Amino acid sequence: MQRLTGAQILCESLIKEGVDTIFGMPGGAIIPLYDTLFQYPFRHILCRHEQGASHMADGYARITGNVGVCLGTSGPGATNLVTGIATAMMDSVPMVAITGQVPTYMIGKDAFQETDTTGITMPITKHNYLVMDVKDLARVIKEAFHIARTGRPGPVLIDIPKDVTTNTAIYEYPTKVNLPGFKPKMQGHSKQIRQAARMIEQAKKPLIIAGHGIILSGAYSELRAFAEKTQVPVLTTLLGISGFPETHPLYLGWPGMHGMYYANMAISHTDCLIAVGMRMDDRVTGRLNAFAPHAQIIHIDIDPAELGKNVRTAVPIVGDAKNVLEALLEEVKPGHHPEWMQTLSQWRIEHPSLALPEKAETMSSPWIVRELYHATEGKAVLVTDVGQAQMWAAQHYFFERPNTHITSGGLGPMGYALPAAIGVQLGKPEEEVWCVTGDGGFQMTLEELSVLAEEKLPVKIALFNNSYLGMVRQWQQLFYDRRYSGVKMWNPDFVKLGEAYSIPTIRVSQVDGVRAAFEWARAIEGPAMIEFVVDAEENVFPMVPPGASLQETIESADDVAPKMQQVAVAAGSDKGGV
Amino acid sequence: MKHTLVALVENQPGVLQRVANLFSRRGFNIESLTVGHTETDKISRMTIVVDGATTQVEQVIKQLYKLIDVIRVSDVSEDRTVDRELALIKIHCASASNRLEISNLADVFRGRVVDVATDAVIVEVTGTDDKIDSILGMLRPYGIKEMVRTGMISMVRGAQITARGSEARMLEAAG
Repeated sequence: MQRLTGAQILCESLIKEGVDTIFGMPGGAIIPLYDTLFQYPFRHILCRHEQGASHMADGYARITGNVGVCLGTSGPGATNLVTGIATAMMDSVPMVAITGQVPTYMIGKDAFQETDTTGITMPITKHNYLVMDVKDLARVIKEAFHIARTGRPGPVLIDIPKDVTTNTAIYEYPTKVNLPGFKPKMQGHSKQIRQAARMIEQAKKPLIIAGHGIILSGAYSELRAFAEKTQVPVLTTLLGISGFPETHPLYLGWPGMHGMYYANMAISHTDCLIAVGMRMDDRVTGRLNAFAPHAQIIHIDIDPAELGKNVRTAVPIVGDAKNVLEALLEEVKPGHHPEWMQTLSQWRIEHPSLALPEKAETMSSPWIVRELYHATEGKAVLVTDVGQAQMWAAQHYFFERPNTHITSGGLGPMGYALPAAIGVQLGKPEEEVWCVTGDGGFQMTLEELSVLAEEKLPVKIALFNNSYLGMVRQWQQLFYDRRYSGVKMWNPDFVKLGEAYSIPTIRVSQVDGVRAAFEWARAIEGPAMIEFVVDAEENVFPMVPPGASLQETIESADDVAPKMQQVAVAAGSDKGGV
Repeated sequence: MKHTLVALVENQPGVLQRVANLFSRRGFNIESLTVGHTETDKISRMTIVVDGATTQVEQVIKQLYKLIDVIRVSDVSEDRTVDRELALIKIHCASASNRLEISNLADVFRGRVVDVATDAVIVEVTGTDDKIDSILGMLRPYGIKEMVRTGMISMVRGAQITARGSEARMLEAAG
């Protein structure tokens, strides 16, 4: 056994955990750590802002399934990581965030660059640690990685005072963790599984809604086999997209605020909703008292607290999605629901939701996304930002392969896409990665273009520029009588900006140039950026207005006034929502 | 209905903060929370009284379980339990006759006078919160100068260990 410094213990332990890539930025409190890090075979990606580091680690984790690691100094380094940590928390992404802290003897004295990092991150981490003694460090790292990746994944933060990184201890990496309060239940209860199977067999209009849990547990083939055996149509949540092939005959799209009309109707009419690995987010459910009104709900999730939190459940099943689907697949008898399938396809014909002209007349964003789909033959990985472009990408690109749609669902941090795309590309160098973003979100983290250029990563950026904070503008147009407040954007010349970062960039303002632009970008070896100057006031439809139920899905702007009146009447005092 | 939850937690720095944080962030209303040592080293015990009318108790239990430092949680509301709270009550008392009356009152509630000064006495009383409310009602006319209550602690009667059996209950609740 060797005596090592805290910094060495950290590096040795990270290697034991299989870490090869670290996203971070140094600073006063972690100079000793960087001094050591440098001597180990890690790939260190120097972010230009710690928010970038945390989103990069997030993207890296989502695409590889491994724990993403980000690193920041004390004080501002830690507070800058916060947005990415909260994103990982909301979307169940395995992450270990390591922060420097002022020396132990200065803690509590309001020292330079001191913050209560564990206090700040307590509600946005699965767990966190302040390591006051170097002797605890190896155990803490072991536990942190175990917690981050086990059960429902999530971020764990380790705050390490400067003197803990320089003090020494005998290093021995523990082989086991001892956490009596952390024993996630992986297998579903057999009684409940039988009960669920009987319920599914008896249902006339069953429906699956599959969430992020499918991707996190790698339950692609189990989900597919289960749906095919039972002949139950499949919806995904936004984060569940690419958990089930979108061209599969049983695939029915996704429901919710910007989901497809027929998906929302399916939820509103189903008599048996099988929810797997999802948490009944309000963006999915719409107004709760009108969610799936005719359904008995079978809710499968690894986190018991999600069962019954928002929605009543007939059969709750705690367990890993893959294991539970496997067990259900074995238990359930084959099914057949021709009438229900007929109803669903009728809705699809009457309300196609995703129909687009073969060629757009103006620079229509959904159509441009569809062109991207054709240009890449549906084989790219899309990393999307937050807002209109995110919704259009999710709607109009059809994801075939598992885990090819990377987006932030729960927290919704603008600026997510570019750094996350960097993490994704680093995690899967062989993939064609597209960052789909808007002029608003892009400008929140565009400093990471430096990383793209420096690391020569072949990420392609599709920048949808409508010179607005488009989603907020849409709400103001539809629900606030067009009072556009704080949404008009003055923008820089994005072509020159790209050039300043040595990233080939072109601007496309005409429909005719769209396809060629995609071909141009795909032919470039390194990074490239296309700025699409798009129709400024295009809206995302379908839409379920805030506070409305899924039955009140709006399909065009003309639909808003009459529907909103219904919503106000139906919702009564329950009106409102975010 | 009031629910009494007993939680066994790792005696780590910050564990109280985690629990308090959880309650405020999730909007759970708690009536009282007490923490103290247990028979086992490094394990503390929290007794949390929650108002079931305003707060979903099952969610409270499940959310508590998500905290890594929380080992066991059980709702003992339906069990036969010994419930105790300690109160110290300082009462204005300038005359000998009042002093005697207060001492007699304390006797009735099996409390006792633990401090006497020329113009004040301190009464110590233990019991259920109802009992403490009652003695407070009786003492109020004399003029309560100061009062402190510990919050309730609870233990299941008989040989059963309080925070066991909770896992079976959790399974039932969660599937």
